[in-house]
Amino acid sequence: MLDIKNLAVKLNDEDKQILNGVDLTIGAGQVHAIMGPNGSGKSTLSYVLSGKDGYAVTGGSATLDDADLLELDPEERAAMGLFLAFQYPVEIPGVGNMTFLRTAVNSQRKARNEAELTAAEFLKIIREKAKSLKIDAEMLKRPVNVGFSGGEKKRNEILQMAMLEPRMCILDETDSGLDVDAMKLVAEGVNALRAPDRSFLVITHYQRLLDHIRPDVVHIMAEGRIVKSGGPELALEVEENGYADLLAEVA
Amino acid sequence: MALQAARSRMEPTDPATITLPAGGKWITGVRKAAKARLVAMGLPGRRDEYWKYTRPDALIAPEPARAPLLTTDEKPVFDQVDRLKLVFVDGKLDLAASDPLAMAEIEIETLPNGAKRDLHWAQGMFGALEARGQNPVPRPLAALNTTLAEEGLLIRVTGVAPRPICLHYVRENPDADAMVRHLIRLEPGASLTLLENGPAAARLNAVTEVDIADGAAFHHIRTQGRDHARQAATHLFASLGKGSEFKSFTLTVNGILTRNECVIDLTGDDASATVSGASVGDGDFHQDDTVFVTHQGANCASRQVFKKVLRNGATGVFQGKILVEPTAQKTDGYQISQGLLLDEDSQFLAKPELEIYADDVACSHGSTVGAIDETALFYLTSRGIPRNLAQDMLVLAFLAEALGEIGDAGIRADIQARLEGWIERHRA
Repeated sequence: MLDIKNLAVKLNDEDKQILNGVDLTIGAGQVHAIMGPNGSGKSTLSYVLSGKDGYAVTGGSATLDDADLLELDPEERAAMGLFLAFQYPVEIPGVGNMTFLRTAVNSQRKARNEAELTAAEFLKIIREKAKSLKIDAEMLKRPVNVGFSGGEKKRNEILQMAMLEPRMCILDETDSGLDVDAMKLVAEGVNALRAPDRSFLVITHYQRLLDHIRPDVVHIMAEGRIVKSGGPELALEVEENGYADLLAEVA
Repeated sequence: MALQAARSRMEPTDPATITLPAGGKWITGVRKAAKARLVAMGLPGRRDEYWKYTRPDALIAPEPARAPLLTTDEKPVFDQVDRLKLVFVDGKLDLAASDPLAMAEIEIETLPNGAKRDLHWAQGMFGALEARGQNPVPRPLAALNTTLAEEGLLIRVTGVAPRPICLHYVRENPDADAMVRHLIRLEPGASLTLLENGPAAARLNAVTEVDIADGAAFHHIRTQGRDHARQAATHLFASLGKGSEFKSFTLTVNGILTRNECVIDLTGDDASATVSGASVGDGDFHQDDTVFVTHQGANCASRQVFKKVLRNGATGVFQGKILVEPTAQKTDGYQISQGLLLDEDSQFLAKPELEIYADDVACSHGSTVGAIDETALFYLTSRGIPRNLAQDMLVLAFLAEALGEIGDAGIRADIQARLEGWIERHRA
């Protein structure tokens, strides 16, 4: 599904290399986790894949089902089925959450030459999905993420994911700022979306999230590349010994 | 202004030579006094501090202004509202095109008819708020209007008006100037909604005085017309009695020169006043909101909310002042003015001012100028929303706070739809 080969990226504005040749292949239906110390390039990888400005790709490639992601605008990547759950969901005063979601869903449907959802059809679907994430009607009416608690923002990200039904989901530190109950709720939302034709890339600092979202493969990222890959036990190793030992071992 | 030039009645550079309109009774004294004020203060000049950001030259030039008529098959705004519709053509009331001048709880008369009477309720009120509003800042174009305006309405509201009054301005002559003058008096406990729409003239000088008695409420929604080459200088003077309410919203879309002055005096206690505006402009658009709110009564609230979207070299101006006099304890004042620049050629010039002489007040003010938030834009596009649509959403979101000041949901939705249309037509 997602194929990243030797991806090298620097900041646009300064001469600072962030990714130094990332290799990563995620098959259909798989859940991969990326762990790593602060500043290792995890969030940059998620931004570059979803098309944020400010980065220059200096080498390598990233494809989603053989389509060159790096050539496409963010909205085209989204319409192809790529989704990024933000570490810090953006507050947008003046844009209603419902309007935002409906515009997003219908923009993607339009881009894929599918019929747009009517207001009634949309309402029926979103009510059902919001309910399972404990998002009430009031939250749907409010401006996007404005006045939401940390937990509400993350649940709202998962609601967007559920509505947009992407094939490749990237979760950037979705567990940050969440208490245990909120994390469980978010993880349940993610698990409900697991499917044979849908893949996940879960970026996290902590093993705890991976207790709830069980990964098939765990990667350790450091200094802009993946330095070690393994099964779920690798996450436990990080939890017990920290990154220092692991990185010393790799170096 | 050219109005006089067209009638060969004045050298616009010398107010002393103005000849007053003939035939008025009680109004003649008001006009004489206004002329004396005007002669004393002189016409606005480029060096006047109050005209620093907006050049008055075109508004007082002797040559008549020209502005091609806009043709559109769009339905006029407020058409869906159940209202008493009064049509002004080139600044003159067209009785044949208007609803009858009658409604429960309202006395309404044209200015030319009212001016001819020996005695009139407007006597002593007409021109009074304009005269008071000349301090501390002179407003010569308003004094000029009092001196010369012969068209407009005298409206007295004695109870709760059953329907809004809508002043629908139409242009037929592409190079006509117009001077329009209205006086509205709300008796204690009365209420009225006034709607105004349309471009009125190639060059308009309009003054409205609103005298609001204790416990009365005045709501005003105005859209200024899309004819791009038109120019307008408008003044809205309001005086608020105890426990009264004033709300005014103006939408300005297009226009090479618009100066909207709003002068509000909160004279009684427990009154509240809101003046707000949304404007969108492209190219040689220039729009100026100049607001002066004076708090005299205690425990009053005032709000100023102005949002301007500017692109392609357009200019937005805001001069807003809150003056809190020593008697105005427990004042709650709020003022926000914001410019959204869609490119680097456009500009937003703001001069927010607070002057406070009471010690127990809360006044907050803010003024910002900025571009589209790239982080928000990325968030929207990352969800599959095309960039131009995402930008439109953010522009409308920026305007939302000002539109939120429109109380009537139907009118608000209509105005929002018109803004969406403009934004779509003026995409980069």
